[in-house]
Amino acid sequence: MKINLNSKLFNAPIAIALLALPFIIDALFGHGWVRITDFALLYIMLALGLNIVVGYAGLLDLGYIAFFAVGAYTYALLGSPQFGLHWPMVVTLPLGALIACGFGVLLGAPTLKLRGDYLAIVTLGFGEIIRIFLNNLNAPVNITNGPQGISAIDPLQIGSFSFGNSYEWMGMRVDDVHLHYYLFLAFTLLVIFVSRRLEDSRIGRAWVAIREDEVAASAMGVNTRNIKLLAFAMGATFGGISGGLFAGFQGFVSPESFSLMESIMVLCMVVLGGMGNVGGVVLGGVILVALPELFRNAAGPVQQALLGKVVVDPESLRMLMFGLALILVMLWRPAGLWPSTQRRREFDADDGVLQQEQETVYDASK
Amino acid sequence: MDILLQQIINGLVQGSVYALVALGYTMVYGILGLINFAHGEVVMIGAMIALTVLKALLAAAFAPVLAVLLSLLAAMAVCMALGYSIERIAYRPLRNAPRLAPLITAIGVSIVLQNLAMMIWGREYHSFPLPFTSVSHQFGGAIVNDVQIGIVIVALVIMLGLMWLVHRTRMGRAMRAVAENPAASVLMGVDNNRVISFTFMLGSALAAIAGFMVSANYGIVHYYMGFMLGLKAFTAAVLGGIGNLRGAMLGGVLLGLIESLGAGYIGDLTGGFLGSNYQDVFAFFVLIAVLIFRPSGLLGEKLAERA
Repeated sequence: MKINLNSKLFNAPIAIALLALPFIIDALFGHGWVRITDFALLYIMLALGLNIVVGYAGLLDLGYIAFFAVGAYTYALLGSPQFGLHWPMVVTLPLGALIACGFGVLLGAPTLKLRGDYLAIVTLGFGEIIRIFLNNLNAPVNITNGPQGISAIDPLQIGSFSFGNSYEWMGMRVDDVHLHYYLFLAFTLLVIFVSRRLEDSRIGRAWVAIREDEVAASAMGVNTRNIKLLAFAMGATFGGISGGLFAGFQGFVSPESFSLMESIMVLCMVVLGGMGNVGGVVLGGVILVALPELFRNAAGPVQQALLGKVVVDPESLRMLMFGLALILVMLWRPAGLWPSTQRRREFDADDGVLQQEQETVYDASK
Repeated sequence: MDILLQQIINGLVQGSVYALVALGYTMVYGILGLINFAHGEVVMIGAMIALTVLKALLAAAFAPVLAVLLSLLAAMAVCMALGYSIERIAYRPLRNAPRLAPLITAIGVSIVLQNLAMMIWGREYHSFPLPFTSVSHQFGGAIVNDVQIGIVIVALVIMLGLMWLVHRTRMGRAMRAVAENPAASVLMGVDNNRVISFTFMLGSALAAIAGFMVSANYGIVHYYMGFMLGLKAFTAAVLGGIGNLRGAMLGGVLLGLIESLGAGYIGDLTGGFLGSNYQDVFAFFVLIAVLIFRPSGLLGEKLAERA
């Protein structure tokens, strides 16, 4: 099934379901879960951005959260008492995306020559460098407020309409979590739309060509340097937008939110869901946000019910089960839960032939 | 001058530990082309086992030397079993899967081990009970203690032993054959699975020793200690050229030196603008700079991209 946003007959049932979703969740599970849904949308945006770099272009990026951080801090610094600036969202959000995009090129340019795991470690180092700077740029000049982070960030606001307030419309109460849901949904759909269009475009095919064989792609006239840079820039832009929204939604940012573990989490969403497939990545994002929350709610009470007391620290039990789930899902479906058709075909292909091909290539390039 | 010497000594000690852990990464990478993300946690488990056994033995009034040796052996045994199981459960079924699949299971294993350790040993910092006092020596204006000397010597001996094992024994030849071409090595009668299991156990044994060393040096054991150590060691392996044993050793020692010299002098270099809290930044900057000029690491050969 493909969600074709381009078609005139945009899938009406899905649209209605998406619009009603926050109220259904609210009624069934309560406010907290609507908030979790909002975060899930932010993570889906991040995962889709990373999907361009890892899934389409095949460049393993382990420092992706840095762009999220850049977007978040841009929004936070320009819309909080930190510098006394209160720029509107319509300015700071695109600006954050632009700066993140610049950082993407900055990271991409020197690493173009690197391949595979060397690229992974450099991007990882880049992510850590950004985090360490955010953590320490409170002296001698206080810019980021160090580990304390920046609080009292302006809410997301368009004109006089603030997403941080509650409104009463036709007897229906609409809270901030619902409003943020619709805002994030709009952005997520935009990102999905752009991803889908890119996938089938000349650029998207160039990315896949580079992923499959860089030398061959370049022989076919693909400008590998620019196309790779574009992948980094596009991915970073999505990360930056998502970061700005995160800062406005949360009202608080600190370097702790941008650790390596977060990068790894987003990567897990992409790989677990199905690299290179938009639907799979969305699925991965939903599962990896929902699963730990489910375990959080289950880990304590289930022990209570079964054993009469809480034996094991629920927090570590929750992460333990999460780790096990990652392993089991990957063992069960190595290509991801919902792989792209192309990947699935490769995977189902006769292993012997595929391996033989790979080895021939390997030997020839020695 | 004495500060310089002191930082060099500290760097050598830290670098020896990095090198031992980096060897584990690089051996696995050389043979399977896989980043064994869980390796840092194996180091942590090694340290925890050593801590527990050492405490128990000392409480049972064992002789100090015997207690240290036995706890080290216990840690190595547990880690070898752990390394073997990790490979069997999380990596072997994915041998022919897309390249990133085992990376995700490795992350999963890492999360599981970390939280398992948190359940068993708690969140607190444990102090490591050394059964003898580590005497400090004056050495040309710098101070070096027994534990530090021990770490460098043991690391050196182990590295020499490893080189001998890989280059002079039958198993070592099999390891190199599998790394070179797994399909051909099977035809030559090598049991690839056995070699891979052996490699994981060997790497894990080194990790256990490294875990013991770090704990003895800093006197502290913590469930989270493996993460950053593993990261640094992996960085060291890449710096030297991943898949290359000598590269891992060189990269480890270099990274240790860069870090400690960076921490010591970064303030002077930047006129007091950046302090020693930028130590990690310094290490990563050097790594990136090296890789820009030598994309396959210091001693790495030109590797073909593996899809």
